[in-house]
Amino acid sequence: MSQVEANAAQGRGAVSISGSAAGRDQPQTTRTRRTTFYGTLFRNELLTTFRRWRTIALLAVLAAVPILIGIAIKIETSDGGGVGPGGGGGGGPAFISQITNNGLFLVFTALAATLPFFLPMAIGVVAGDAIAGEANAGTLRYLLVAPAGRTRLLLTKYATTMTFCLVATLVVAVSALTVGAVLFPLGDLTTISGTQISFADGLGRALLIALVVAASLTGVAALGLFVSTLTTSGIAAMATTVGLLITIQILDQIPQLHALQPYFFSHYWLSFADLMRDPVYWDELVKNLGLQALYAAVFGSAAWARFTTKDISS
Amino acid sequence: MDQAPATEPDPHPEGEGDNATEGDNATEGDNATEGDGVIHTRALTKRFRGGQLAVDGLDLTVPAGSVFGFLGPNGSGKTTTIRMLMGLIEPTSGSARVLGHPMPRAARTVLPQVGALIEGPALYGFLSGRDNLLRYDAADPTADPRTRRTRVAAALDRVGLAAAAGKKAKAYSLGMKQRLGLAAALLQPRRLLVLDEPTNGLDPQGMREIRSLVRELASDGTTVFLSSHLLDEIEQVCTHAAVMAQGRLLTQGPVADLAAGARGRLVVTTPDTGDAARVLKEQGASDVVITEDRVTAEPPDRELADVNATLVAAGVRVRGFGIERASLEDAFVALTGEGFDVAG
Ligand SMILES: Nc1ncnc2c1ncn2[C@@H]1O[C@H](COP(=O)(O)OP(=O)(O)OP(=O)(O)O)[C@@H](O)[C@H]1O
Ligand SMILES: [Mg+2]
Repeated sequence: MSQVEANAAQGRGAVSISGSAAGRDQPQTTRTRRTTFYGTLFRNELLTTFRRWRTIALLAVLAAVPILIGIAIKIETSDGGGVGPGGGGGGGPAFISQITNNGLFLVFTALAATLPFFLPMAIGVVAGDAIAGEANAGTLRYLLVAPAGRTRLLLTKYATTMTFCLVATLVVAVSALTVGAVLFPLGDLTTISGTQISFADGLGRALLIALVVAASLTGVAALGLFVSTLTTSGIAAMATTVGLLITIQILDQIPQLHALQPYFFSHYWLSFADLMRDPVYWDELVKNLGLQALYAAVFGSAAWARFTTKDISS
Repeated sequence: MDQAPATEPDPHPEGEGDNATEGDNATEGDNATEGDGVIHTRALTKRFRGGQLAVDGLDLTVPAGSVFGFLGPNGSGKTTTIRMLMGLIEPTSGSARVLGHPMPRAARTVLPQVGALIEGPALYGFLSGRDNLLRYDAADPTADPRTRRTRVAAALDRVGLAAAAGKKAKAYSLGMKQRLGLAAALLQPRRLLVLDEPTNGLDPQGMREIRSLVRELASDGTTVFLSSHLLDEIEQVCTHAAVMAQGRLLTQGPVADLAAGARGRLVVTTPDTGDAARVLKEQGASDVVITEDRVTAEPPDRELADVNATLVAAGVRVRGFGIERASLEDAFVALTGEGFDVAG
């Protein structure tokens, strides 16, 4: 506030005064320019994204999923019965029956439950809105005449979407760990292969799994960003991305398409469970990460080619 | 009239010197190429994908240091021209140079020195006015982050928004949004300001403020390129003007020349309108029109004092006699026609 008042006192001359000050600072500006070229816009982009009401709402929904799973299991097992089959995602049952023995398994269950839909949907919303939302609001033209630079803006948007992938995954993991610790006992755990590992080791694997899950979303993020460069309607871009996501998930279930399925971005998603084997079974994990890199490269390039040549007339 | 600079052979063929100036800041040495004007377009053309020819062979030259009014009826291609100048859309053909550099190729060099308001402001409703400006400033890689808060506060103050800086932009009124858009154009000292209808939605005080702001910036040496429909406003602040219609440039030049181009009308105020009209016709005046106690006409090609003497001699009681100078509005209507309907 005091800064504003100080400048109000300076009155009309203020702009030119600060202008000449900027002129004096020129050599230092050049020195720090390399680091600030991407830094300032990226920091501002993160701040802007995470101050959106929509972003907060998505994260709140993601945080609620482990709470609901935890409470459901607690209620179901409080009368002494075991956990029935059918809960959680495809990788779920292996973990879900262990939750009552060890709260840490809620982390794996929650990630397995949110990875097929909730997480990629949240990413689709953020990525789809990235460029199209700015175009829709008209703010894109002012960012570009600032000039943000088209490549720089696109990279910043992608980096922000990836950061959101990581934050969203960590929100699920941390929420699950907290609920797990409150409702269930914690301790050493049994891997899928039947061996025992310490709780600390298990925690390390949980973190690794969260990172792999976040990395699994980079393909959807690139796809969403590409869709976002195609339209000037944020809603259309979000809907298209989420629609593609659901379509791919359905096609991945149709046996006749098994020749194509290894190229669906979601095909190896649940391979993260292999990190809970002893020794870790890397084959599908590597395939998954390779596939995500391929999607990021293909749709990242397509987004770049489109966005750097596009007429901005909104 | 006055299109001479645009029709002269271009002493700076395309591409000359561009590579040398591509990378970093524009060096002062480039002023040589600015002899052609701060904005210089040659046969600039934009045909939209639907086939709409929005800008058609535009040769525009904006002299350095001028306040340049860019006029034209709705849909005549003003905003499209501005978008091409700012590198937002690619011309279909022709070329545009801004501050001596080709656009959109040299956008990184040129745009930090240009403040722009294009087709109204666009804001992040969920951010405060101040945070909106911080974001736009962060988007400019040449803006110094250490002076950012001071510059933002100064820009807010300059458009009279200092007190509302903390308010969310979605709660701003139309005029407040317009002011915030202007503030974004003033975040840094600029060499060129491009303002597309800057007084849209402003209250009378706001309009006056903007006019005095424009004059003040111009006196500091900033070239101001201003599109507006308010012709008296243009007449008050602009040194030069260009008129467009249906994508074509009708004329460009100093404002005084444009207004002088349309002839003034002879106005006689008298209770004896019938006699006055008859005498004026006899004296060679054409297009005589009677409205209440006024008779107006195209002045004849002879000494007006004699015309007046003849009127009096004929017994016409003359209350007032004189030439009403043509306004820019008259010139504009003379150029673009009276029709109200927008050309398709
Ligand atoms: N994105 C677009 N696609 C197709 N046609 C367009 C597009 N933008 C503008 N046009 C057309 O180009 C012509 C010029 O439009 P422009 O916005 O440049 O007019 P203007 O002079 O700024 O008008 P106004 O005074 O109303 O702001 C119009 O006929 C318009 O319909
Ligand atoms: Mg317009």
